[in-house]
Amino acid sequence: MQSFGLAHVEFLAWAALWTVGLSAIAFVGGGLLGFAVALLRVSSNPAARVAAIVYIQIVQGTPLLILLFLIYFGVAVIGFTGVPAILAAGAGLTIYASGFLAEIWRGCIQSVPKTQWEAAECLALTRWQRMTRVILPQALRIATPPTVGFLVQIVKNTSLASVVGFVELAQAGKLINNSIFEPFTIFVTVAVFYFALCFPLSTWSRSLERTLNVSRR
Amino acid sequence: MSAVANPTRAAREDTPRSSQAGAPVVRLHDVHKSFGALKVLDGVSLDVGPGEIAAIIGQSGSGKSTALRCINALETIQQGTIHVCGHAIHDPGLDRRALRRDVGIVFQSYNLFPHLTAEQNIMLAPTCVKGMTKAQARDLARAVLSHVGLAEKAEHYPEQLSGGQQQRVAIARSLAMRPKLMLFDEVTSALDPQLTGEVLKVMENLAREGMTMILVTHEMAFARKVASKVVYMHRGRVWETGTGAMLDDPQTPELRAFIGNGL
Ligand SMILES: Nc1ncnc2c1ncn2[C@@H]1O[C@H](COP(=O)(O)OP(=O)(O)O)[C@@H](O)[C@H]1O
Ligand SMILES: [Mg+2]
Repeated sequence: MQSFGLAHVEFLAWAALWTVGLSAIAFVGGGLLGFAVALLRVSSNPAARVAAIVYIQIVQGTPLLILLFLIYFGVAVIGFTGVPAILAAGAGLTIYASGFLAEIWRGCIQSVPKTQWEAAECLALTRWQRMTRVILPQALRIATPPTVGFLVQIVKNTSLASVVGFVELAQAGKLINNSIFEPFTIFVTVAVFYFALCFPLSTWSRSLERTLNVSRR
Repeated sequence: MSAVANPTRAAREDTPRSSQAGAPVVRLHDVHKSFGALKVLDGVSLDVGPGEIAAIIGQSGSGKSTALRCINALETIQQGTIHVCGHAIHDPGLDRRALRRDVGIVFQSYNLFPHLTAEQNIMLAPTCVKGMTKAQARDLARAVLSHVGLAEKAEHYPEQLSGGQQQRVAIARSLAMRPKLMLFDEVTSALDPQLTGEVLKVMENLAREGMTMILVTHEMAFARKVASKVVYMHRGRVWETGTGAMLDDPQTPELRAFIGNGL
């Protein structure tokens, strides 16, 4: 039996790329979907608001693990068998991220003072123009630090994608451990990979928060 | 004294445009407005003719801001009618955007858009609403900015401007839409006396140019000098109304007390 070596690190690095890829899918997909839900959540239409609230509550109230199972096995129940792992994992993480990003962004949109809406309204701007030209640019500044912070959660939570057979960083660690059984060395290395992905993000988030706070005055 | 200091006012009195033109720019008739159980406007009626400058005075909480906000359809009323520049504000089918093209409003707290420069603040509505090109809107912005004495501040962000300068940009932003009516809600109340003067000067110039204006103000001297009509509001009602001279000879004990406290 071979021991932990460069080949394993290479394998982990390759799996880390899948972690990054899956995170990117979840962030982009979840971002688009979450943005749409956030807009519905603050829309003037009560039915749209209720629909958005229900969606957010359901997504936030469901463990990601169950969400992934539901998609992987649930889709099979309704007739589609053999869903590729990347699709199931990507869809599950997208939905998960959308529920949280929608709520984060709703908060940011609503934290722009009501007087800004009013000022824009009094200039005869349409609702859409008020949103896109006045509110969202201000909400974006507020939203950047928590959004980058949430990115860290996404990266870490991609590890759950292993339950649908997706080989990312955590699953790669398990596979190596199954063959050479050096759990401590292997999982410390896996942790170091995660840290290397997440640390720059959380540092970036904190520095964004600082600079935005300073230039606010 | 005011006739000498302000020749256009005298001219306006010689040819009373309000009665000659017929339809007033603003007409409130028996307006009632409550917030829940709190009655804020209790049968307010008020006419403001073309070129008129109406100053609304009164204690804090008497309903002055609410009256202005109703005129601009920022609040809905429960009873009565409001007509503004030909728009029926009380009508549920009111075209709010058409109304806002005719009416400018300036708030106590300026409400400039912090992510835009002074010039961009002003350019936004003309490009979005009137379909102007960027270049046209920029020329317009420069013009209205120099009108309020801030040509050199075009590229400053609101946070880089003093309160008085921000308020003048806010006025310029409204003027860029070429409104037929301007509403001012205590626009100098957040400013120290020195900055108040520069904002009042801009408003006085506007008055001289014939802009129809309704202003809520605590500046009694300014109301007396510039307003063609002074409206004293008390407990959600128009308690007393008249010309600036009314302030020297109040008819009701409430106005007398208010002036006594205010000056
Ligand atoms: N949006 C609101 N909701 C509830 N009460 C309000 C609201 N706006 C104003 N009021 C109340 O209405 C009364 C009149 O307010 P306002 O018109 O602002 O008075 P003024 O401008 O003369 O000081 C006050 O008692 C105020 O607390
Ligand atoms: Mg007020």
